[in-house]
Amino acid sequence: MDGPVIQTQELTKRYGDFVAVDRLNLVVEPGEVFGLLGPNGSGKTTTILMLLGLTEPTSGTVRVMGLDPARQPLSVKSRVGYIPDQVGFYDDLTARENLIYIAKLNGIPREEAYRRIDEALEQMGLKEVADRPVGTYSRGMRQRLGVAEVLIKRPSLIIMDEPTLGLDPEAAREFLNTIRDLKAQGITVLVASHLLHQVQAVCDRVGLFHRGRMVLEGTVEALARQVLGGGYRVYVEAVGPQAAILEALRRLPDATKAEAMGSERYMVEGRRDLRGEAARAVVEAGGSLRALQLEEPSLDDVYARYFQEVEHGREG
Amino acid sequence: MAARVEPGRISREGSPWTGLWAVVAKEMADYLTGIRMLILEMLAVLTAAGTVFMAAESLRTTVGQDRFLFLRLFTVQRDPLPAFIGFLAFLVPLIAIALTFDTVNGEFNRRTLSRVLAQPIYRDALLFGKFLAGLFTLTLVLTAIWLLVFGMGLARLGVPPGGEEVARSLLFLLATIFYGGVWLALALLFSVRFRQPATAALASIAVWLFFTVFWGIIAQGLAQILVPLRYGLVQEVLAQDQVAQALARLSPITLYSEVMMALLYPSLRAFGLVGVLLQFQEGVIVGAPLPLSQSLLLVWPQLTGLIAATVLLFAISYILFQRQEIRA
Repeated sequence: MDGPVIQTQELTKRYGDFVAVDRLNLVVEPGEVFGLLGPNGSGKTTTILMLLGLTEPTSGTVRVMGLDPARQPLSVKSRVGYIPDQVGFYDDLTARENLIYIAKLNGIPREEAYRRIDEALEQMGLKEVADRPVGTYSRGMRQRLGVAEVLIKRPSLIIMDEPTLGLDPEAAREFLNTIRDLKAQGITVLVASHLLHQVQAVCDRVGLFHRGRMVLEGTVEALARQVLGGGYRVYVEAVGPQAAILEALRRLPDATKAEAMGSERYMVEGRRDLRGEAARAVVEAGGSLRALQLEEPSLDDVYARYFQEVEHGREG
Repeated sequence: MAARVEPGRISREGSPWTGLWAVVAKEMADYLTGIRMLILEMLAVLTAAGTVFMAAESLRTTVGQDRFLFLRLFTVQRDPLPAFIGFLAFLVPLIAIALTFDTVNGEFNRRTLSRVLAQPIYRDALLFGKFLAGLFTLTLVLTAIWLLVFGMGLARLGVPPGGEEVARSLLFLLATIFYGGVWLALALLFSVRFRQPATAALASIAVWLFFTVFWGIIAQGLAQILVPLRYGLVQEVLAQDQVAQALARLSPITLYSEVMMALLYPSLRAFGLVGVLLQFQEGVIVGAPLPLSQSLLLVWPQLTGLIAATVLLFAISYILFQRQEIRA
C-alpha cells in the first residue's frame, strides 16, 4: 500500500466550548507501532473515534488508508480493527459465538468465517476455551479475545485503546508481545494509553498528548534527548568523600548534570552511557564504588519534565 | 493550512441496512432463549388457556345460535376470569416493554456497543434490527397464543370456524402486533435515552400505567371543562362525548380497544356513548352484523394511528441514537 495508513490535518473536535482535540497533525506509516500517549481526558479516545468515523470532526481532515471515515465508514471499518477501552463481550455467549456474530456483521461468508475464527482463536491461545461462555474469562483472556475478534477481518490497521489497563504485570507483558507479533505480521498498530512506561517498549514512535494537543512526537530516544537533554541517567552508590566524588562526576565529559541523592547515592545525567567513566571517577576521587545502575530514558520522565518546563515557562 | 470542512451534504457509502439481518438473528436468539421471555410466555399461555377454556365452557351451551361463535371465544368472560381480550390489552405492553427496555443501554453497560459499531455497519441497522427482532419475537408469541385459542376452540366447541371469523381474528392478531409495536418502540426509545435499564423500565411502565389508569379519567375531565353541559341537552352530551373520545384516542390503549371491538363485534357501528353501551351489553345489539370491509373501514384511522405512533416513537429513538456519543 502506498502512502501513510493514517493522516490527519488540523483535525479538531469541540464539544461546546471544550476542545477535545486541537489541530492534530498525525501521520502513521505502514507497519509501524505508534503510541498515542497521554493522561486520561487528553483527547486520545476522541481521536480514535474520529479515525473510525464513530464521531465527526468539527474541522480538519482525516484519511485512513486514503479513505475519509466520515464518508466511507463501512470501507474504513471493514479494514480497521478496533479494540476499545475495557472491551466488552456478550457474557452469556461463548467466545466462538461472539466471534461468529462479528463475522456476520462483517459479511464474511460462513465457511470462510469459521476458518478465520479457528485461526484467530488458535493464534491468541484461546482454542481450548473457545466454547466456554465469555463470562468465565479473565481480563487478560478477554483482551486476547479482543485481538482475535479484530483478526477475523484481516485488518491492515489495529487500533487499541488502553490495552494493558487492568492487566496484571505478567498479562500486560504477554499482551505487549502480542502487539510485537502483530507488527511482525505487517499490521500497523495504533496504541492509545496513559501507562507510558508499559507501552513505550513496543512503540516505534510515540505522540504525547496534553489537553487535546499532540505536543511531542518522535521515537522514545529522540524525545528523551530532546526533553531530558541527556537521556541517559546513571545512579552511583559509593562510600567516600562526598564533595570530591560529586565534583569528579560533574567534570565528566558529556555529563549534563550530577547531584547527590542522600549521603551515598549520586545521579549523573549524560548524553551517552557514562557508567565506565563514572566508575573510574569515583575511584580516582578516593571513594569505593558499591553499585552502578543505568536508567533507560523513560517516557514518564519525558512527560513529567516536559510539562514541568511548560508550566515554568508559563509562570516565567 | 486552514481547517477545511467539506461543504454540503455528506453522502454515505453503502446501504444503511448492511448487517441488519445479522443483528435481527442475534437479538431474536437472545430473546427466545432468555429466562425473561420464558416467564412471560408461560404467563401469556396460562392466561390464554385459562380464559379461553372458561369462555368455551360458557359458549358450549349456545352453539348453533351465534354466527360468530369463534370470535366470542376472545370476548366472552366468565367469573372469576376476565375475557381474553382484557388480558391481552394488559399483557402485550408488558411483554413488549420487557423485550426492549434494556436493549441499547444494556449494550452500552456491557461495553459491547462501541465494539459492535466499529464493525462495518451503520447505527441504523443496529437500532432497526433490535426493533425488528422484538417485533418478530412478539409476532411469534402472539401467533402461538392465537393458534392455541383456535385449537382449544375447535376441541371444546366442536364446530369449525367460518371464513369471516378466521379473517376477523387474523386481523385482530395483526392489530395486536401493531399495538405491541407501539410499546416496543416506546421501551426502545427509553433504552436509548436512559443509561440505566432500571430507569428505562420504570419510565416505560409509568407511561403504560398512565394510559391504562389515568388517561381515560383525564380525558373525561378535560372534556367536561372544554365542553360543559349547560342545559343538559342531548346534543351537548354527545358533543362532550365526542371531545372525550378524541382525547382518549391519544392513548394507544384506546385505539387498540376500538380496533378490537370493531373486529370482534361485527355489529358494532360506532364508538363513543353507543359503543360503550354495546361494550357492556353485548347480545342486545340491534341490527345485522357489518361486513368485514365495513368494520375495517370503521377502525382504519385507529389502525393507522397505532402504526403512526410506532413510527414516530422509532423515529425519535433513531434521532437520539444517531446523536449519541458512544464513547464508553
